[in-house]
Amino acid sequence: MLGQDLSVIAPELVLALYAMGALMWGAYAGRDASRMILWVSTGVLVAVGLWVGVHAGGTQTAFDGSFVSDGYARFAKVMVLFGAAATLALSADFLSRNELMKFEYPVLIVLATVGMLIMVSAADLIVLYLGLELQSLALYVVAAFRRDSLRSTEAGLKYFVLGALSSGLLLYGASLTYGFSGTTMFAGIAMVAGGGEPMSVGLVFGLVFLIAGMAFKISAVPFHMWTPDVYEGSPTPVTAFFSTAPKVAAAAMLARVLFDAFGNAVADWQQVLALLSLFSMFLGSFAAIGQTNIKRLMAYSSIGHMGYALLGLAAGTQEGAQSLLIYLAIYVTMNVGVFAFILNMRRDGQQVTDIASLGLYSRVDPARAAALAVLMFSLAGIPPLVGFFGKFYVLKAAVDAGLVWLAVAGVVASVIGAYYYLRIVYLMYFGQEVEPLDGRMPSIHWGLLGASALAMVLGIINLFGVESLAASAAATLVQ
Amino acid sequence: MNSLLSLITFLPLIGAVVLLVFLKGEDEMAQRNAKLLALFTTAATFILSLFVLLGFDPTDTGFQFVEEGAWLGGLTYKMGVDGISVLFVMLTTFLMPIVIGASWHVTSRVKEYMVAFLVLETLMIGVFCALDLILFYVFFEAGLIPMFLIIGIWGGKDRIYASFKFFLYTLLGSVLMLVAMIAMYYQAGTTDIPTLLTHQFDSETMHVLGFTIAGGAQTLMFLAFFASFAVKMPMWPVHTWLPDAHVQAPTAGSVVLAAILLKMGGYGFLRFSLPMFPVGSEVMQDFIFTISVIAIVYTSLVAIMQEDMKKLIAYSSVAHMGFVTMGIFAFNQQGLDGAIFQMLSHGFVSGALFLIVGVIYDRMHTREIAAYGGLVIRMPVYALIFLLFTMGNVGLPGTSGFVGEFLTLSGVFQVSTWVAFFAAFGVILSACYALWLYRKVMFGDLIKESLKTIADLSGREKLLFAPLVAATLLLGIYPSLILDVIGPSVTALVHHTDSALAAAATTLAQN
Repeated sequence: MLGQDLSVIAPELVLALYAMGALMWGAYAGRDASRMILWVSTGVLVAVGLWVGVHAGGTQTAFDGSFVSDGYARFAKVMVLFGAAATLALSADFLSRNELMKFEYPVLIVLATVGMLIMVSAADLIVLYLGLELQSLALYVVAAFRRDSLRSTEAGLKYFVLGALSSGLLLYGASLTYGFSGTTMFAGIAMVAGGGEPMSVGLVFGLVFLIAGMAFKISAVPFHMWTPDVYEGSPTPVTAFFSTAPKVAAAAMLARVLFDAFGNAVADWQQVLALLSLFSMFLGSFAAIGQTNIKRLMAYSSIGHMGYALLGLAAGTQEGAQSLLIYLAIYVTMNVGVFAFILNMRRDGQQVTDIASLGLYSRVDPARAAALAVLMFSLAGIPPLVGFFGKFYVLKAAVDAGLVWLAVAGVVASVIGAYYYLRIVYLMYFGQEVEPLDGRMPSIHWGLLGASALAMVLGIINLFGVESLAASAAATLVQ
Repeated sequence: MNSLLSLITFLPLIGAVVLLVFLKGEDEMAQRNAKLLALFTTAATFILSLFVLLGFDPTDTGFQFVEEGAWLGGLTYKMGVDGISVLFVMLTTFLMPIVIGASWHVTSRVKEYMVAFLVLETLMIGVFCALDLILFYVFFEAGLIPMFLIIGIWGGKDRIYASFKFFLYTLLGSVLMLVAMIAMYYQAGTTDIPTLLTHQFDSETMHVLGFTIAGGAQTLMFLAFFASFAVKMPMWPVHTWLPDAHVQAPTAGSVVLAAILLKMGGYGFLRFSLPMFPVGSEVMQDFIFTISVIAIVYTSLVAIMQEDMKKLIAYSSVAHMGFVTMGIFAFNQQGLDGAIFQMLSHGFVSGALFLIVGVIYDRMHTREIAAYGGLVIRMPVYALIFLLFTMGNVGLPGTSGFVGEFLTLSGVFQVSTWVAFFAAFGVILSACYALWLYRKVMFGDLIKESLKTIADLSGREKLLFAPLVAATLLLGIYPSLILDVIGPSVTALVHHTDSALAAAATTLAQN
C-alpha cells in the first residue's frame, strides 16, 4: 500500500527531496552556488512539470483517499510548475543585480511550489491545510526577502499577519465543517452536504468561512486589502511569482473544495461566489485607474482577473470549471510576459516602477513596446487577442448557468478596466518623451516576453489545444 | 474553391506577416519594397474577389460561398456572403489598392504603416463575411486597434486627442452590443447568424421600473446594437468623433474611414437590426427618421461653415449617412436598395474627395480653404476630376450619388411625406457647400504667390482616380449593375421583416 501511495505523490516527493537537498548543497557550498542552485531549481521545476504533464493514468488516490491525483489536479499542477519555473528564471538577473542572490530564494520557491501541488491535490481538509501552510510560510519569507528594505519587510509582515488571520478563518470553517459532517474527507462531506435536504446551518457557516479563508489567498474583494501593498513592497521577482503560481493554486483549490465537498449544494455557494466575483471585477477596474506605480496597477489588475476567474466558477457547472482553467492558463501566460517587462524597467541601473517612465517607449525599443502593447490589449480583453477568449469562456459559462446579470456586469467592468491598460499603450506610443529606460534586456526575459505576446496572437487559432485539455480536466472534477 | 472567402480575408494578413518578418531596414529600397508588396497583396486580393462576384448567383437569396469549421469554445468559424454583403466585400477590395497607391509618399515607418493597412483590410473583409455573432464581433472590434494606431502615429497635430476620442466612442458602443449578443445567445441558444435571422426574439411589452417598453426585449437589443452602429455610422448626435478623426488621419486613413469603415454601421443595421429585431426596429422607426433628418439638415449647415476641407467633407459624409439610415428604416424595396446604393456610391465619391484634398495637401501642406483659389488655371485635369466628384457629392443625375439619394427619398416618401420633404433639403444644402467649396478652391484669380508653381496631377495620381471616375459614372448611368445583385436579397429581407412583424402582431393580439 505504501509503495502505491508514494508513487501517487511522487512529483511532490521528488520536489520536496530536491528542496532539502538544495538546502544542504547551499549550506555547504555557500553563496557562490546560489546562481547554480537557482538554475537547477528552474530545471527541476520544468522537468517535474513535463513529467506531470505527460503522465496519464486516470484518477489515483493515496493515503485512504485524502490525496487525489486526477486530470484536474495535473492540469493545475502543470500551470503551477511552469508558472513558478518561468518566474524563477526571470528573477535571476534581478537578484544578482540587487545583491539578493542567496540560495534560500530558489529553495523557498520550490517549497512553496510543493505546498501548491499538495493544495490542488488535497481531498481532505487536513491535507489541504498542510499544503496551504507550507505554501504560505514560504511566501511570507520571500515577501520580506529584501531584509534591509523597509517596504519589503513591511510587505512580509503585512502578508504574514493577514495571512495568519485568513488561515484562522479557514481553520474555523474546517472545524465547523468537521463538527457538522463528522469527517474531514471531501467525499464524506459531500454525502452530508446537500443531496436533497437543505444543509444544516453549521455546515453553511463552515462553508462560508472556508470560502472566506481561500478568498484571501486569491485576493478576491473584500479580502483583497493586502494585495496592493504586498505587490508593491515585495522585490519585483517575488511580485511576479505571487501573481502567477499561488493564484492558480488557490483558485484551483477553491474549485476543488466547492465541487468535491460541496458539489451537491451549488446553490449555497453560487451566490457567495457571484458576489465575490462582482466586487472583484469592479474594484479591480476602478481602483487601478488612479495608480501610477505599475506594480500596484498589476495588483489591482490581478484582483480584477481573479474576479473573472470566479465568474466561471460561480457558474457551478462543468463548463464553468473548464472556463476557470482556461482563464487561469491565459492569465498566467500574460502575467509572465508583463513581469518579464516590468523586471527590466530600469534607468541608470536603478529599478523604476513609475508608469510615466514608459513615455514614448516605442521610440526606444519598438519590438518590446509592441510586445507589451499586445499583452496590454490582451489583458484588457480586446478581440482578437487571446485575453478576449478567456473572458468569453467565463461569460459564456455564466450565461449558460443563468447568471446573465453577472455576465453583463463583467462586460461593463471590462470596459472600465480597458482604460488603464490602454493608458500604458498610450504612454508608450503617444506619451510625453521622458529620459529613456535602459535598453539592455537579458535574452531569457526577452524570450518570455516575446513568447507570451506571440501566444496571445497565435492562440486565437486553437488556443494550442488548451481548450480540450481543460475540458477533460474539468470533467474529472465535476462528475 | 470552397475556401475562397477565407483566402480573400486572410491574404492581406499573410502579406502583413511577410512584411513584418522578412523586410528589414528603413532605407529607400526597403520602403519601396514595402509599398510594392502591399500594393501587390491588395491587388491580388481584388483579383481573387472578382471570382466571388463572378461566381455569385444573385437570384439565390441565401448565403453563398459558405465555409464552416469548428472553432474555440463551441463557436463556429462561419463565413459567407449574400446579396447585401457581397458588394461591400468588393468595395473594400477595390478601394484598398487605391488606398495603398495614395500612400506612396509616406516616408516615416513605412513598413508599420503598410502592415496596419493590410491588417485593417483583413478585418474589414472579415466583418462583411462573418456569419457567426462572435466572429463578427471579433472582426468588428479588432478594427479599432489598427485604426487607433494609424491615426495616433501618422496623423496630424492633434492626433492623440482624435485617436482616443475615436477609440472610446466606438468601444463604448461595441460593448453594449456585446451585452446584447449575450442576451441573444441566452434566448436563442446559438451564435449562428443564419439561424438567428429566422429566430423570433421576444417582443412582448415589458414594464421596467414603471416604464413601458413597447417591443420588449427586441427594443432593448435593438437599442444596444444601435448604440454601436450609430457610433460607427456615425449618426447625429454621436458623430463628433468623425470630423476630428478625419482631420487628423493621413489621407489614406481618411479614405478607409469614409469609404469603408463607415459602411460597417449601415451593414450592421441591414444584417442585424432589421431582420433580427423587426418589432424593435418598427418601434424605433420614428426616432431614427427624426435623427436622420436632423443629421441631414444640421450637418449640412455645419458643413457650409467649415474652413478646413477635410472637415467639410467629413460633415457631408454624416449628412449622406443620414440618407442611408433613413432609407434602411423605410422598410421597403426602394428605401433599402437606395441605402445600399448610397453607401457604395458614397464609398467611391467620398474616398475620391479625400484623395482630392490629399493631392493639394501634399503640395501645399494646408487644408485651409482660404489658402487656395484659382487652381483651375494651373491644374486643369485636377479641376475636371474635382468637378466630377463634387457633382457626385451633390447628387447630380448621371453620377452614382443621384441614384442613392433618389431611391432613398422615394422609399421614404411612401412611408412619411414629411420626412422626405425635410430630407430633400439635404440635396439643396449639399449643392450649397459642395459648389461653394469648389468655387473657393478652383475659381477666382490665382493671386497667391505660393500657388503659382503648383503642378497638375502626376501620372500616378491620374491612375488612382481613373477607376473611381469610371465607377462613379458607370453606376450613375447604369445603376442596374448594383441593383440586380442586391435586389433579390433585399426583397427577401423586406418580406422577412413584414412577415415577422405580422407574426408578432398576431401573437400580441392573441395574448
